[in-house]
Amino acid sequence: MAAVTPDQLHGHHGPTGLMRWLTTTNHKDIGTMYMIFSFIMFLSGGVLALTIRAELFQPGLQVVQPEFFNQLTTMHGLIMVFGAIMPAFVGFANWMIPLMIGASDMAFARMNNWSFWLLPPAAILLIGSFFVPGGATAAGWTLYAPLSVQMGMGMDLAIFAIHIMGISSIMGAINIVVTVLNMRAPGMTLMKMPLFCWTWLITAYLLIAVMPVLAGAVTMILTDRHFGTSFFNAAGGGDPVMYQHIFWFFGHPEVYIMILPAFGIVSQIIPTFARKPLFGYASMVYATASIAILSFAVWAHHMFATGMPAAGQLFFMYATMLIAVPTGVKVFNWVATMWRGSLTFETPMLWATGFIFVFTMGGFTGLICAIAPIDIQVQDTYYVVAHFHYVLVAGSLFALFAGAYYWLPKWTGHMPNESLGKLHFWCSMVFFNITFFPMHFLGLAGMPRRIPDYALQFADFNALASVGAFGFGLSQLIFIVVVVKCIRGGERAAARSWESAEGLEWTVPSPAPHHTFEEAPVVR
Amino acid sequence: MRVPNFVWHHRPHLPNPHLLGVVMGRAGRIAGFPLLSYAALSCAQEPHARYNLQQPVTGIAEQINDMHTLMLVICLFIFVGVFGVMFWAVFKHRKSKGAVAAHFHENTAVEIAWTVIPILILLGMAWPATKTVIEMKDTSNPDITVKATGYQWKWGYDYLQGEGEGIRFLSALSTPRTQIEGGAPKGDAYLLEVDNPLVVPVGKKIRVLLTANDVIHSWWVPAFGVKQDAIPGFIRDTWFRADKEGIYRGNCAELCGRDHGFMPVVVHVLSAEKYAAWVAEQKVKAAAFDAPDPAAPDRTQAPGVQVATAGKG
Repeated sequence: MAAVTPDQLHGHHGPTGLMRWLTTTNHKDIGTMYMIFSFIMFLSGGVLALTIRAELFQPGLQVVQPEFFNQLTTMHGLIMVFGAIMPAFVGFANWMIPLMIGASDMAFARMNNWSFWLLPPAAILLIGSFFVPGGATAAGWTLYAPLSVQMGMGMDLAIFAIHIMGISSIMGAINIVVTVLNMRAPGMTLMKMPLFCWTWLITAYLLIAVMPVLAGAVTMILTDRHFGTSFFNAAGGGDPVMYQHIFWFFGHPEVYIMILPAFGIVSQIIPTFARKPLFGYASMVYATASIAILSFAVWAHHMFATGMPAAGQLFFMYATMLIAVPTGVKVFNWVATMWRGSLTFETPMLWATGFIFVFTMGGFTGLICAIAPIDIQVQDTYYVVAHFHYVLVAGSLFALFAGAYYWLPKWTGHMPNESLGKLHFWCSMVFFNITFFPMHFLGLAGMPRRIPDYALQFADFNALASVGAFGFGLSQLIFIVVVVKCIRGGERAAARSWESAEGLEWTVPSPAPHHTFEEAPVVR
Repeated sequence: MRVPNFVWHHRPHLPNPHLLGVVMGRAGRIAGFPLLSYAALSCAQEPHARYNLQQPVTGIAEQINDMHTLMLVICLFIFVGVFGVMFWAVFKHRKSKGAVAAHFHENTAVEIAWTVIPILILLGMAWPATKTVIEMKDTSNPDITVKATGYQWKWGYDYLQGEGEGIRFLSALSTPRTQIEGGAPKGDAYLLEVDNPLVVPVGKKIRVLLTANDVIHSWWVPAFGVKQDAIPGFIRDTWFRADKEGIYRGNCAELCGRDHGFMPVVVHVLSAEKYAAWVAEQKVKAAAFDAPDPAAPDRTQAPGVQVATAGKG
């Protein structure tokens, strides 16, 4: 059953070559494709970011014109959120959830194939929109009406891309919910499930709840643009602010969609390298669920400057501050897990520890932004840019790298190169902070976001941030080297690749054979 | 609860610049970012803020600054506490130092404590913030009411009520294109200068009504602690009372298309006498135009009027 034949694939009746990948229904193949796709998108979004930073290196316009600059910031956001971070986590879910719960595959294997193969066309629409008349949409990744109604056909392409990616996300989410709820090995109760599966189960519910809301919002923009409706046009009885309410009703849970699986990954890694069980497993589950539920009641904290009544501001301020409590519980639990452990700092643990440290800084600035009067000052400034890059780059992305280094032995059968991995970590950590820490100062001092040129007092920090950004971007190339080396060879990984790693995924050989758990294992 | 109140009540005795220098210095050090020497220098002595919020000139902006300082201090304490523990573990509880893992994995008392204590800290933070929110929202009884209209990409101002009623003009970026494109050296107020600034008297409550003609803009003057979106088809309002004469500069703070980065907000705060003189001068200018639509410099005035009427109706 779990016996490894010398070459699993050839013992198989499926097609080979390109058709293998097009038609595969294997969760590991699909997980791999998700991750390769998201890394390509990560590099594409990164190129846009570096073009932005090149323009902002000095005051004045040197590299791009303002209209194109706005296209860059917009597409950087859309590509990173929908193309890089979200699919990367789905890739992890595909690869790891069946292995972690002892299932043979995802519940809906064909739908799994379809949900991946929707993504490349969406990416082509998004990136292709740069080349249509008028260029890509330049309305910001939030696509606020009425500005988004003014855009050229690049906007329509972006709307279709969002529809397609949304369908893909919903299918992926349904698959995860069904897999987790129905396909756990005998004896694996929900409260024995690895935390990564828990965070993904909750994230999947969030996705199912909010992706249709986003689809509705962008569809209303589409009909406002082309079919004479006035959802967001006051002259026709609509309201531009309604778009923001709908968008952020999606947008805030979306933030947690991008961070909860990261919490899950970190919660797998810390106990392994502390050689100690996770502290407060049950409270981690409850904290994750609380964050998810609260995330539906905080959306208008993105809109304090739109001018809502005092009662509205206060409600959303209090609700937002409350999220600090379960998030704090998580950080405390991780620290308590490390406390009196027997710690080693292999590459995955470095990334996980780095994650806790830097993500928490983003948490603090988040709390500061939650205070409505302070938010009035920092909203739409570089302070917010700093804040969400601390939680999305140092949060989601660092956790993704932590997870990648952690499970690469299981995926490839070889241990990743430790020296290169550590170099990748330290370069990323240092350059990340050089890039984004000064942005706090810029924002406080009054530099708005989404501007191609700025007043002279902001010049020094912008130059510094640009230098850091190029360092950060180039550091990511190290990861490609690590992965390629790891696929080609290196120290062979044992089934349990890390000394005290726990969980079913470490009971199958490394690399994990094409089919695992054809007979369900029995948990305790 | 106690700690925040201490800082809050003793605000006058704690010179912000010094405290912030310390705070930002630590923050910089912790992040491994070499700012220590600079950070001790506060923005207070400089014409432009560089590390912190701009020097406040309204009561609201000052409350915001104090609240931000308070938050930074609280966050710093938590930061030091949490990461003190974490880095202690990172350095002392290493396998290479012979650490043997303990096996505890829950402790109800500790878990309740670190849920309840943060809630108490949050209550301490919410209290001053609530007071400020309520004050910010109180636009009643203004001395002067000005309507600001966002256009792609300039601001229009109409003095609707109070001294100066009837004055109206457009306010656009005055930085020459050559400076932006690098053909000429950049001036001191690069991108933060306009042809016709908003002019208001010192110490008076100014209510600003906001709307827009095309897309959403946002009217932001950091030194006043005022940022309010200007929404096409709707009227929103905000207010400020500047305590100090001077020139205060801000920007449009909502992405509004191509020249979003090039529509600054500039406010001149004048003494009562100088303001009266300015109003008189504007009236003379307006009279010289001899027209039903006196100060309207060009056709863009018309849509502004439509929007205003639509919004009010």
